[in-house]
Parts: sequence; structure tokens; C-alpha cells
Amino acid sequence: MELDEIYTQVITENSRSKEHRYQMQAPSVVKEGVNPSCGDEITLQLELDGNVIKDAAFIGDGCAISQASANIMIDLIKGKTTEEAKRLSGIFTGMIKGDVTGEDELDELEDAQAFQGISHMPSRVKCAVLGWHTLDEALKGVSEQQ
Amino acid sequence: MTDEKIRSYFPQLMSERGGIRPVYLDSAATSQRPEEVIDAISSFYRNNNANPHRGTYTEAEDATAVYEKARTDTASFIGADACDIIFTRNASESINLVAYTWGMENLREGDRVVITIMEHHSNLLPWQRLCRAKGAELVYLYMNEDFEITDREIDEKVTSNTKILAFTHVSNVLGIMSPVKKLTEKAREVGAVTVVDCAQSIPHMKVDVKEMGADFIAFSAHKMFGPFGLGVLWGRNELLEEMPPFLSGGEMIEYVREQDATWAPLPAKYEAGTQDPAAAAGFSAALSFIQRIGYDEIGKREKAVYDYAVERLKDLSCVELYGPFDIERYGAIPFNVKDVHPHDTATVLSADRVCVRAGHHCAQPLLKRMGLNSCCRASFSVYNSKEDVDRLCESLLKVRSQLGLGDV
Repeated sequence: MELDEIYTQVITENSRSKEHRYQMQAPSVVKEGVNPSCGDEITLQLELDGNVIKDAAFIGDGCAISQASANIMIDLIKGKTTEEAKRLSGIFTGMIKGDVTGEDELDELEDAQAFQGISHMPSRVKCAVLGWHTLDEALKGVSEQQ
Repeated sequence: MTDEKIRSYFPQLMSERGGIRPVYLDSAATSQRPEEVIDAISSFYRNNNANPHRGTYTEAEDATAVYEKARTDTASFIGADACDIIFTRNASESINLVAYTWGMENLREGDRVVITIMEHHSNLLPWQRLCRAKGAELVYLYMNEDFEITDREIDEKVTSNTKILAFTHVSNVLGIMSPVKKLTEKAREVGAVTVVDCAQSIPHMKVDVKEMGADFIAFSAHKMFGPFGLGVLWGRNELLEEMPPFLSGGEMIEYVREQDATWAPLPAKYEAGTQDPAAAAGFSAALSFIQRIGYDEIGKREKAVYDYAVERLKDLSCVELYGPFDIERYGAIPFNVKDVHPHDTATVLSADRVCVRAGHHCAQPLLKRMGLNSCCRASFSVYNSKEDVDRLCESLLKVRSQLGLGDV
């Protein structure tokens, strides 16, 4: 295991970024996600305009991997439709599981490709997918409402 | 005995990867096993393999003898009678057994179960569930700021309606000991039964059931050089006799009719289904390993390494240590690298083959009380040396820069 492949600059910087880490005024959806095995937790907040994710933020406590992944995810999904966000989540989870390897698809993940190496560390996979998993759960609630 | 000699009993500690040996600092989660324990397990499968307490042929008699020898070995190890030693899968199951039998039979609405804030979830959740099922109250003994559970705290909370007082002997996170004497005395005064989780103490110190004065004691083989999948429950004979069975099935019966049944005498009454005689063989070997080294030697070696670790870690400005330093502690040191999540710390350490645990250590209420979500834990056993501590410290110094942080 090469530490420098895991703790890349993209990940360490994003793990401390405050850009999307705040309490939103009036989010339309709030979803908590926890990783019970290690206590990582995030609260994802989405502001929806119809089916468009107009704004998103999170608060959380956890390892560099989980916090960076949530931050990068928000970069990606802001301004996207809920359908597009779900599709990206599918690609991300597929990349981590090692099922998605096509370059075109991976390119869509932009900085989130930095987590590809995590697929070799089973104990950290849950950290990398926590944000995305919480997004899936949040959007499940939305589509049920609609 | 030299460090190298002790270490050489444990094959996994001698295994090199990339030219370096592991520094195993997670013995509070599970210990390493000496060669003789591994041999005993394998020897059972090679020479004595049959279902104990079933057949009448020689191999089956051998399997029974191996299994029952583990019981008499365990009994003499803790100063008990063999019929009061119940084998379970682990300490969690041992505690569940008490909760679901004695607890279910005897706890009433409005009664109280008292535990300490230091409990591992295994000595917390069975009581939490029992209390919810019975409408009883679960009350916690808290530590003061010096990490002590005071007599006053005990006298206030262990009230006359307390039916069960359950506590850990040694904390798996802080490594500090509960005030056993005061707790068992108070329990006797109010007529409560005591359940002591010895999973974290018996790897480090002599446990004698008579001296401890408790009603039930639970521990796990795998934390004391033995195999996975074998736990021990010792109970006071009268209580074990009067309690109903926990799990039911094969071998725990006297007579089964279509609509009812009677139970086998102790200890079979509590051991439903096929047991694990290979694990029992391994456990016998583990107990004789401890006896050969001796608790005096184990305690002396561990204290030297523990004290050295505290001294070295205190000197690292990037490390935050938790817990008291003016009282005796056993096995575990909780810590964090400043501004770094424990999982990241553990990952960085792992690259140097330094094995520490990171997380909530199955003690979420305690961590919360300490104002933490999670932390790292280095835990020690007889095979650890000062050199292991040096390698831990060396590796800890790399953590912040690996995460892109400067010095503190």
C-alpha cells in the first residue's frame, strides 16, 4: 500500500476545505449518514428547485477520506438534476467496487477519481462512499415524495 | 526472559513483510497466539476429531476428554468448580446468557440495573435491551474528573431496588480498573447480583472468583492467547442451578417429551448443540502458556512497556493522550494525533506495519462522555517491547505531514 496514492493533495486539501461545510439556512432535504464501524458521520443538506440541486452543503466528522469525498461530491452535484446526481453516484460506487473502469465514465467524476485507489483498501471503502450513500438515501426520500 | 525469546513464541510476530516485522499493538481486540496453542488446535483435528459427549468409540471419548479437560483447566485457573464453568462463544454471549436467563426471570418493572460508563457494548447492550423489555431503569456510574468512580457515586446510585450491578474489571479503552471491592460489597448490601466483564483484565492479571466475590464472571479465550470462538461464563452455583436454560437444543436435556422437557445438570444445561472441542484444546494450551510465563512476569513486562509508552508519547507534541496518569492502568492507551482523524492515523501507521485500533472501541457512551467521536488505541501484551513503542512513535511523527499538515 502506497500512502501517497491514498493521501493525495486532492484528498488532504478537500478533507479540510470549508467551502461546502456549513449549516444551510433552509435546506429542502437533510439526511444523516453514519459509518457505524468507525463513527464517521455527515449531515447532507440539499436545496432543491424542482428536480435541480440548486445548492448543497454538509457538516460532519470523520476521517480525511470520508470528509474529502463528501466535499468533492458536493462540487460535482451542485447544479445537476437529481437524476444526473444519482447517475454520478452509480459511477462512483462502481469505480470503488472496481466495476466501472471506462475512462469516459471516470472522467465525469473529475476530482472524485482520486478515490480510485481506495478500492484496494476494503476497510476504507465505507469512508469513501459515505457521502454518496447518504446522497442516494436523501434522493430516495425526494423521489418518494414526488 | 528476553524480548526476543517471548516474541519468538508467536509465529505471526516473527513474520516479515518487506523485511519488517509487525508491531502488534491491538491485543485488547485480540491477542496473538503462541505456537503451542496453534499446535493444540491442529492436533485435535489430526488425532482426536469426533463430536464430544456423543459417541462411545475411542475417538469420541478422546474428544470428550479434551473438551472437559479445558473446563477443569479453566476452573483451576480461576479458583472455581468445573461444573460452574460454562463455555460460550465469547464474553458477549456469556453476558447475554445472564441477561436473558437470570435477568428475564428476576427483573421487574421499576427495578434498576446499574453499570459503569466504561462498559464495552457487550456489557451494556444486553442490559439496555433487558431494561427496555422489563420496564426497568438502566443507571450509569460515572467517573469524576480524575477518572474515578467514587464511593459516593456508588452509594447514591446502587439503591435498594437495584437487582443487577454489571461492570468491567478493566476498561478496554482507558485501561483503568473498576473499584471491584466497593462494588461487590455494595451489591451484597442491597441484594443485587454482580456481573463482572473480565475480558480485558484476565489477559494481564490473576482473576480468582472467590477473591473477587462476584456472582458472574465473563471472559473470552481469544484475548488471552487462546482461540477465537470460545468464551467463559462462571456463575455462582446456586444461581446457575436455579436459572432456566439460555439456548436449547442438542445435549442440554435430561428428557424430552412431545410438550415439555427437563434439563441436563450443570454445565451441560447451558451448552446447547455441538461445542468446539478444538478451541477448547487450544484454550487449555493458552492457560498453560500463561501459567508457564506467570502473571508476575506478564505484569512486570507489561508495566515496563506501558510506562515507557506513556513517557515517550507524552513527549510527542503532535499526540494527545487521554486518561489519567497517576493511577495504575493495564493494557490500553487511548490517543489521537492532533487534527487527524484516528482512521487516517491508523492507516499511516499501518504502512510501517504498526497495528493500532482506531474507532469507538465498542464503547460509544464512554467516548461521548470523554468528548470524543473516536480515537486511536495502542494496547499491549506480554510480547510487546520498548522497541515496539519506539517504532510506534517514529511512525506517529510521520502522520501529520502525510496528511498535508505542518508541525505543532
